[in-house]
Amino acid sequence: MTGGSALFGGSLGIWLAILLIGLATYGFRLSFIHLFGRIDEVPSRIKRPLRYVPPAVLAALVLPDLVTIRPSVAATLVDERLIAGVVAGAVAWRTENVTATIGVGMVTLWLFRFVVFA
Amino acid sequence: MTVDGDLADGDPSAGDHPGDDPSAGDHPGDDPSAGDVRAGVRDVSPLLLGIAPFALVAGIAAVDAGLGLAEAVGMSVIVFAGASQLAAIDLIGSNAPFAVVVGTAVVINVRMVMYSASIAPHFADYGRRFRAGLAYLLTDQAYALSVAEFEANPERSRWRYYLGAAAALWVVWQIGTVIGVVVGASVPDAWGLTFAVPLVFLALLVPAMKDRPTTAAGVAGGAVAVVAAGLPLNLGLLTGAVSGIAVGLLTEVFGE
Repeated sequence: MTGGSALFGGSLGIWLAILLIGLATYGFRLSFIHLFGRIDEVPSRIKRPLRYVPPAVLAALVLPDLVTIRPSVAATLVDERLIAGVVAGAVAWRTENVTATIGVGMVTLWLFRFVVFA
Repeated sequence: MTVDGDLADGDPSAGDHPGDDPSAGDHPGDDPSAGDVRAGVRDVSPLLLGIAPFALVAGIAAVDAGLGLAEAVGMSVIVFAGASQLAAIDLIGSNAPFAVVVGTAVVINVRMVMYSASIAPHFADYGRRFRAGLAYLLTDQAYALSVAEFEANPERSRWRYYLGAAAALWVVWQIGTVIGVVVGASVPDAWGLTFAVPLVFLALLVPAMKDRPTTAAGVAGGAVAVVAAGLPLNLGLLTGAVSGIAVGLLTEVFGE
C-alpha cells in the first residue's frame, strides 16, 4: 500500500525489474522461433517430446488450482474448486466448448461456495 | 479450435502454405486469407472471458502493491505474461529482495521456451524480423489455440491465424490492466473470478489428451504439479511439466 518497496529505491527499481523480466521473457519466447529459421528440419529428437508439451504443461497449470493436498482424503476431495473442476472437465470432454466449460465451472463453484458449503 | 466447414475462408492455394507470405498482407480486404485473421479472433474470444478477470486482477494487485498506472501498464506491455506479473507484483508488495522478484518471474516464464520450440516449425518460412515480432505475442493461450488449429486445419495461414488470436489477447490484457488499476477491486474476492483461468486451461487440456501417451503425460504432469505445489519459485509447474513429458515418451516407447 506504500509507495513501492524501500529495497527497490522507488519507481526506478520497479522499472528496472520490469525491464529485466521483460527482456528474459522475450528471450524465452524468441529462442526456438529464432533458431528454426537457421536449421532446415526440426530434429525428431526435439519433435517427439514436443507432442507431450501441451497435455503436460496444461495439466501442470490446471491441477494445482483445483487440488490442494490436505491431511485427510475427505478434506482434500470435498473442495468446491475440485468439484467445479470435475464438473467442468466433464463438460469440456462432452462439448469441447470453452465458453460452456467456463460457465458451468463458475456456476458450480458459486453453487458449492455460497449454497451447499455456506 | 473449431474445425468447421470454413475452408472457403482459407487460402485454397495453400499446400505447404506457400500462399502464406507475410508480405502479401498489404490489402487485407482483397485477400481471401483475411478470413484466417478473423478465425483466430473468433476462436480466441471465449478465452478472452477467462483472461479479462486475470488482467483486472493484475491491475488491482499492482495498485495494491504500490505501483502506479504507468508502472502497471508498463509491466503488462513489456512482460505480457500474467502469472509472472502477478508473482512479481505480490513480491514487490511484500518487500522481497530485487533478485527474488526478478528471478521468480523469470523462472515462471521458462515454459515459454517449450512453446517457442513447439510453434517454431510453423513459423520457419517467415523472415527473421517478422518472426521476432510474432515471438513477442507468444502466450499460453495463443500457443495452445494455434498449434491445435494448425494440426486440425493445415490450410490455415499460420501467421494470420496466430496474429488474430494473439493480438486480441494483447488488447484485452492491456485494457483489462487499465480497468483494474482505475476501478480497483469492485467484485468481492469471494466470487473467485480468477477461477475462470484454470477452467480455460482445462477446456484446452481435455482435447489435448487424445491417446494413451498424451493422456499419461497429462495425468503425470498434473499429479506431480499438485504434489510439488509447495516448491518455491513456482518450480512445481516446471517439475510437473517435465515429468509429464517424460512419462508421455516412456508410455510411447514401452506402453504399446
